[in-house]
Formats: sequence, C-alpha cells, structure tokens
Amino acid sequence: MTLLDFINFYLVPGIVLGSIYAVGAIGITLVFGILRFAHFAHGDMATLGAFIALALVTAGMDPWTALPLAMAITAGVAIGIDRTFYDYLKARPKIVTVMASLGVALMLRSVVQMLWGVDPTTYVTGIVRPTDYFGILLRPRELYTLTAVVLIVVGLELFLRRSKWGKAMRAMSDNPDLARLSGVDNRKVTMLTWAIVGALTAASGFMLGINTEVESMMGWHLLLPMFAAAILGGVGRVQGAVLGGLIVGIAEELSVFILPAQYKAATAFALLLLILLVRPRGLLNGKVL
Amino acid sequence: MDIVGLANYAVFMAILIGIYALLALGLNIQWGFSGLFNAGIAGFFAIGAYTSAIITSIPAAHRLGGFELPLLLGWAGAMVVAAAIAWPIGKICLRFRADYLAIATIGIAEIIRLVIRTEGWLTGGVRGITGVPRPFGDLPYMQSQIAYLAIVIVLVLLAYLLVERQLKAPWGRMMRAIRDNENAAAAMGKQIAARRLQAFVFGSALMGLAGALFVHFNRSITPEAIDPMIATFLIWIMLILGGSGNNRGAILGAAVIWIIWSVSELLTDRLPTELAIQAKYVRVFIIGLTLQLVLRFRPEGILPERQPVPPPRT
Repeated sequence: MTLLDFINFYLVPGIVLGSIYAVGAIGITLVFGILRFAHFAHGDMATLGAFIALALVTAGMDPWTALPLAMAITAGVAIGIDRTFYDYLKARPKIVTVMASLGVALMLRSVVQMLWGVDPTTYVTGIVRPTDYFGILLRPRELYTLTAVVLIVVGLELFLRRSKWGKAMRAMSDNPDLARLSGVDNRKVTMLTWAIVGALTAASGFMLGINTEVESMMGWHLLLPMFAAAILGGVGRVQGAVLGGLIVGIAEELSVFILPAQYKAATAFALLLLILLVRPRGLLNGKVL
Repeated sequence: MDIVGLANYAVFMAILIGIYALLALGLNIQWGFSGLFNAGIAGFFAIGAYTSAIITSIPAAHRLGGFELPLLLGWAGAMVVAAAIAWPIGKICLRFRADYLAIATIGIAEIIRLVIRTEGWLTGGVRGITGVPRPFGDLPYMQSQIAYLAIVIVLVLLAYLLVERQLKAPWGRMMRAIRDNENAAAAMGKQIAARRLQAFVFGSALMGLAGALFVHFNRSITPEAIDPMIATFLIWIMLILGGSGNNRGAILGAAVIWIIWSVSELLTDRLPTELAIQAKYVRVFIIGLTLQLVLRFRPEGILPERQPVPPPRT
C-alpha cells in the first residue's frame, strides 16, 4: 500500500468522520462542563437535526443552505427541551437529569421514527466522483464538511474567548457560584449553551447524513464516539473535543488493520476506557466530575 | 379468548413479570441503594441468557457447546459471567461520578450486541441458540408453564429476601450512607469505590440470572430477542415508578409497567398495519414521557424508600 493509498482510503475518511465527531463532542463537552451532566439525548438530537435538514431539502432547498436553518431550528428545540424536561430537575442530584436525558433520547427517536419512518435515505442522489488534488482524492461534500467544521470551531472559539457571553459561559464552567456572584445570569447562560449545543448537534447529524445516509439510529451510534472524544480531549475543553474527535475518527478507520471491520464501533469504547484508566482529565487537562 | 386461553396468558405474563422483577431488583441494588447508573441492563441480561444457553443446550456443530450440563450450573454460570464483565467496567469507572459509569455501560451493552452478532462460533450469530432445555418442559403445556412460574416465583422470592436482608444489614446502611453523602461516608472510613463495585457486580449478577431464566423459558435466543434500549428503559421505569430503594416497589413496578406495556401492545396490534407501526413508536414515546412525569411529580415512586428506624436510645 502506497502512502497515497493510505491517505485516501484511511486518513481522509478518518479525518472527515473525526471532524463530524468533533462537532458533536464540542456540544457534549459544553453541557458536561457548564451544566455538569452527561447529556445522553445528544445523539438523538443530532438525528432530529439531520431529519429537519432532510425536510428542508425535500421542500426544495440546497443541502448546504438548509444546514444553517436546520441548526437554528434545532437550537430552538434544544432550548425547549431544557425548559420542559431538564430545568425543573436543577435542584436534584445531577444524575437524575442524566436519566431524564436518556428518556428524552428515546422520545426524540420515536418522534423521528413516527414522522419519517425507519428506512435509510440520503440528501442527494447519484454518485459523486472525487476530484484529484495532487493525488489526494476528495469529494466536494468532504471538502465542504471540513470547511464547515473549521468555520464552526474557529467561530465558536472566537465567541468563547472574545465576547462577553462567551466569557460568561467559560466563567460558569469554571465555577458557577463565583460566576453568579460576579453577576453572570446562570439562566441566560444555560439557554445560550443549549442554543449552541442544539445548533452543533444538528451540524454533526447533517454532516454524518450527507457523508453516509440519514436514518433514525444514526445519532445513537454517534453517542459513544462523541463521549469518548469529549473525555479524551478533556471535559470542558473545546480544543480538546476537536482533538479527541479527530483521534477517535482516525482510530476507527485505522482499527480495521487490527480488528475485524464489524468492531469499528468498539474502538471508541476502548479509547474511552483507556483514557479513564490512565488519564481521566483527558489530553488537554479538563475536568473530572 | 376463552377461560383457558386467558389463564394461559395470565401465567405467561406472570413468568415475564417475575423475570423483570429480578432485573428491577438487580437495578435496585445498583441505583436504589448505591446511586449507580447502569444504562446497559440489556447487555448483562443478554450475557446471562447466552451463557446459560451455551452451558445447558444440546450440542450444535456451528457454535460453541452446548454442553448439556445441569440447569443450576447454567444459572450459576450466567451470574458469574455477568459479574465478571461488570467487574472491570466498574473498577475503571466507579472512581468517578455516576455519569461515567452510565456512558461505559451504554458502551458495554453495544459491544455485547456486536459480539453476539459477529462471533457466530460462540453464539450462533443471527441464527442464535436453539434447543435450550426447560425444566419440566416435557409436561403438557399448561402444567409446564405453571411449573416454570413456580420456579420463577421461588427465585424472585429468594432474591427479594436476600436483597432485603442485605439492605437491613449494616451493609445496606453503609451503601445508603455512601449514596446520600459520599464525603461523610469516606470520612467515616468507608471505601467508596470498593463498596460501589460490590453493589455493581451483585446487581449485574442478578441481571445475568434474569437472562438465564428468560432463555430457559423461551427455549431459544437470537440477537433480535430483545431491543436493548427499550428493554433497559422499561426496567428503569419499573424501578423509578415502583419506588427506587424499595424492593417491594421494584417488584410492584415490574408488574405495573409490564402489564401496561403488553396490554397496550395487544391493543395496538389490532389496528390496521400502517397505524400499528406508528402506534409502536407512540408507545415508546409514551414510556419516555412517563419517566419524565414520574421524575417530576413523584420521584419517590409508588412505594417510597423506607427510612430505617433508629434503635431506641438506652
């Protein structure tokens, strides 16, 4: 196998998959870091986002213009879910909210299955041939996916570093009581976090959908790699989530060298246990709850 | 349905309720007493079912075993293997908050599902395992069902008494102390991680036993026999609705939820095909919603946990 073959058949798919995981893992790490619970409805929220985009595409929109709209709608849904199901559990132990989120995952999935059925579908039909960039083969959708991920990560990073609300979010992640004493409105920060998280889940669901297919279990299968990525990078660290996502994605594609292909999905789990065993704070020194 | 049919159905339901009651008791040890979030119940259930099936079934060419060993060995094996899989997971994850265990148990359930599907030499792959013996299986249908029900009742009763005894013993008080105030319990010299590991392993072993009971009742098992997410979720609702921390609540919850779940299935199956498929998802949506409502309006469940009465001062 030549180096180019390795890049084209293992590394590029790994990076594309990894950047999709990264976008989802950022959402996980934000909820885990700021709201302090493991959000199990994350994957199924991604499914919902992907299907909202599908509805827009079916209505005649171009997939990549449907994406921002789907992100906005899913952001609204995420805020709604927080208001309806998580908010009143605030005073109880966090693990109760974790349980509620598992229930929400089941509800979201059944809504998707009720409205759109269980048969896999795609955004666009037809075979797209990859273009040759100095020997590296990339399909347009892969190029768009990578561009979109870079834009999302850079935008989010700027927002968290520079803007007032971004700083408020980071403050709440570091120390909620101190943040409240300094005049940060926890309620508004919570809403803002859900809006961002909802938009990110929709983006990850859409990008998985456009690179593979859209089906009702897609998000549930994203959940484990996304959690592995978030914990691998360090809970609460956005750059960590990106790094973790890429590592998990590439590791899954490379796992076929040592494991039967059916066990691709087990790679994320192995990485998760490994990092919890040797360095629970993650690569970039995040939180341990 | 005539009287005999109805009686048959009632016995069938009662056996399944017993099996779910065992699962709910196992979860009660983990969640009710110890605050551990196991989101992979179906995985431990499947492990128990497959282990006992391999140990006791008749030999087959395409897979491991069957070894035709006695039933009790199958049950013991189911519990041991389920416990052996729970142990390393708990060992790694129980040092952290319960969220991490929850993620890892979702993972282990997925891996178990993958292994069962992929490793045909071990589990028969998609064909599954058939020819699993059933105690008193040679009797006529009704007698055989009733005999199995008796076995299930004895085992549930035994599990209930043992778990109840543990709960009242110093071990149970210690577990609740750890659940309610980890720092205080640690300050009293309790080994938090080790104790939680015990609870996690015991609970998982009980779930394995429930799996074994299921496979001998069903006489066969395939990867499609249980939907992992829905099965896990049903057991969670049984425990929360019945009353977590209360063993009678766990058994009551198993009965209530299983009756509602299967009667609603009977009703929706009578709908026209298209509507019936939709109705299946509506039922799943409703169990999700039920959990939210119970968590919001009656978090202590139907039978709340009983606080132990302190001994009179002397």
